[in-house]
Amino acid sequence: MSTYANKKGFGATIWDYLTTVDHKKIAILYLISGGLFFVIGGLEAMFIRIQLAIPNNDFVSAGFYNEILTMHGTTMIFLAAMPLVFAVMNAVVPLQIGARDVAFPFLNSLGFWLFFFGGVFLNLSWFLGGAPDAGWTSYASLSLHSAGHGIDFYVLGLQLSGFGTLMAGINFLVTIINMRTPGMTYMRMPLFTWSTFVVSALILFAFPPLTVGLVLMMFDRMFGANFFDVAAGGNTIIWEHLFWIFGHPEVYILILPAFGIFSEIFATFSRKRLFGYSSMVFATVLIGFLGFMVWAHHMFTTGLGPIANAIFAVATMAIAVPTGIKIFNWIFTMWGGSVKFTVPMLYAVAFIPTFTMGGVTGIMLASAPADYQYHDSYFVVAHFHYVIVGGVVLGLLAGINFYWPKMFGTMLSEKLGQITFWTFLIGFHLTFFIQHFLGLMGMPRRVFTFLDNQGFNAGNMISTVGAFLMAFGVLVMVINIIITSVKNEKVGNDPWGDGRTLEWAIASPPPFYNFKQLPLVRGLDPYWVEKMEGKKEMTPAEPLGDIHMPNSSILPVTIALGLFVAAFGALYHMDDKSWTLPIIIVGLLITFGSMLIRSVKDDHGFHIHKEELMDDKDKGGKA
Amino acid sequence: MQTDEKFTDATWPAAPEKATLEGKNKYLGFWLFLGGETVLFASLFATYLALKDKVPNGEAALAKDLFELPLTFVATMLLLTSSLTSVYAVYHMKNNHFKQMQAWFVITIALGFGFLGLEIYEFNHYVHEYHHTFTSSAFGSAFYTLVGFHGGHVAFGLMWFISLMVRNARRGLNLYNAPKFYIASLYWHFIDVVWVFIFTVVYLMGMVG
Repeated sequence: MSTYANKKGFGATIWDYLTTVDHKKIAILYLISGGLFFVIGGLEAMFIRIQLAIPNNDFVSAGFYNEILTMHGTTMIFLAAMPLVFAVMNAVVPLQIGARDVAFPFLNSLGFWLFFFGGVFLNLSWFLGGAPDAGWTSYASLSLHSAGHGIDFYVLGLQLSGFGTLMAGINFLVTIINMRTPGMTYMRMPLFTWSTFVVSALILFAFPPLTVGLVLMMFDRMFGANFFDVAAGGNTIIWEHLFWIFGHPEVYILILPAFGIFSEIFATFSRKRLFGYSSMVFATVLIGFLGFMVWAHHMFTTGLGPIANAIFAVATMAIAVPTGIKIFNWIFTMWGGSVKFTVPMLYAVAFIPTFTMGGVTGIMLASAPADYQYHDSYFVVAHFHYVIVGGVVLGLLAGINFYWPKMFGTMLSEKLGQITFWTFLIGFHLTFFIQHFLGLMGMPRRVFTFLDNQGFNAGNMISTVGAFLMAFGVLVMVINIIITSVKNEKVGNDPWGDGRTLEWAIASPPPFYNFKQLPLVRGLDPYWVEKMEGKKEMTPAEPLGDIHMPNSSILPVTIALGLFVAAFGALYHMDDKSWTLPIIIVGLLITFGSMLIRSVKDDHGFHIHKEELMDDKDKGGKA
Repeated sequence: MQTDEKFTDATWPAAPEKATLEGKNKYLGFWLFLGGETVLFASLFATYLALKDKVPNGEAALAKDLFELPLTFVATMLLLTSSLTSVYAVYHMKNNHFKQMQAWFVITIALGFGFLGLEIYEFNHYVHEYHHTFTSSAFGSAFYTLVGFHGGHVAFGLMWFISLMVRNARRGLNLYNAPKFYIASLYWHFIDVVWVFIFTVVYLMGMVG
């Protein structure tokens, strides 16, 4: 059954990736599609900045601007940041805990394909009558009255990709609880694994409210329900609550993995144990916990009353405490360390002041009375780009540079990486720093143009120039990736030379079964522990034996495809077209049929036999 | 591990649903999934409470006009009893009594269909007698969505039980399908617990106004 040694043609490679249940390949799928959507979202951002470069510009129309703005936010959050986070999690977490795969490899693949088809569905709106145009928050008071099908694409597309995310969350929780290698106790888990663990719990509890919100919106728009229709007794505030009960934890779902990546990078390139490991774990859990209690700070001006505003303001400010713990721990990790400024480390060092600035404006926004001034201005835009780009995107760029050799077995160019870093960082601050002042001077967000002689001209032009610099940085990164992939100079286990955790103890990229023998973990930073005792590799925790592996399957693709087809039927159903019902039925039949096949067909997986493993001498096994 | 190997009463493990790593993963993953489902229903309950009796005009039916306890009581008893019978089924599963397990699951399914039939009758009744429909008011939308989501879960659970039983009718129990039976019954209990809350929040609190 084990066909891993076979040479494959192009078609076979495509089939391999369509049917794969291997977490490392799924990571690559997430990386490619997330990267693609990141470029699309980036193009949308460029359109925004070109339109706003000069007053009274007519580069795009007002209606089209609304679509670009909505799709920029939606794409970047749901289709770029989330999958890129999942790419790093899939690539790294099973290796960090010494597992051979995730707990549910089939679900892992299904989660990816649901996300992928949801993202494609959402973006097809551009070609099928117009994209959603009610902002990424899609408040019901706006979106219920949006003409065309844009909002329906938003609702169904996010519903699909949301299911995928929920599955991934459950999968990582079970993986981390059940699949750790002997000796890998909770308090020896690397910080990235810890943040994945906390984030997965956030996903589990944050995505169902979004699901419900989207279902209600779907019922209102497509089936004539009245949840948000005030004339029939409905209430649009319900959408705001459901959206932000999801939406606020979502920003922690994005930032905590970035914190995890930076924690790994600081320790590795300071060549020093992470300062305050247990307080870091505590802070991560506390941020995750508090993240659920602050959603109404997005709704200070909705009119919930002074008591609700006060409670949510205090809860929001409280988050600064665990975040501050983290910032100081990172600084203390570098203190007295022998710091090496590689590209990932540059991102990490730049992240500290950048993210702190976003945190400070966060505290300003958390003061409910002052928020009435900042609300819906460019000050808010500046704030959330400082935390999301300055935190999440810098974290992902750092993580992709850091783990690239582990995923692909070759190193990205340091020189090109530095060009990307400097242009991206300077471009970022040029773009967004000035927006604080634009906002304080009264420029409202989400406007498609502004008048001359209001004092906004210079600031907007600077911002646009910065955006081009960021785009240049991303372009260099793409070139870097292409050059590196063409050269394809192979590297060993531990290409950075200072790897501390289990993923650096095995080949780059790892064999498809990851660990020939599960490693024995004897402390925090297990590979570093062995290195300090002069050993080259981990001590095995088990004798060499047969390895049980899951079978690959095409069913995840067909399950997701069926829902994708059904979504088209549901979308046009409100137009009273006769062909929509058969489309819905066919789509659901494909999905439920595939689920039934999955259910009744036994799937015991297969075994790699001991003898085959002994032949793979270079994969680091000891009989 | 050979998961389709035949067991005797003596070799059958005490907790067959958790005897393999796959079983253990399924067991934990399903509990976590139910945590997510809890939040899903909590959101629907919150929406229902916010929109209860919110109607466009004075003629529309309110909660106190609609609900009748006798019917709801019978439906509740059917569902609660089906939860009990699924416990018996799992008890026999743990003792490797395949025939008895199947029998108790058949009773569970029959009770589930009884519940579903009453719910369909009830919805039909509201629509025709009170013109209380999905589109007539925000209250109607919230009511049918919350109770209908639960009904949809019941229908899915029934399909799940039936396909499991048909699939395994000839081969009996092993460590591969024992976790499947176990989590299906876990799901059934969850549906039951949600109904207890619907009974309280929608029907009992609806009766008192």
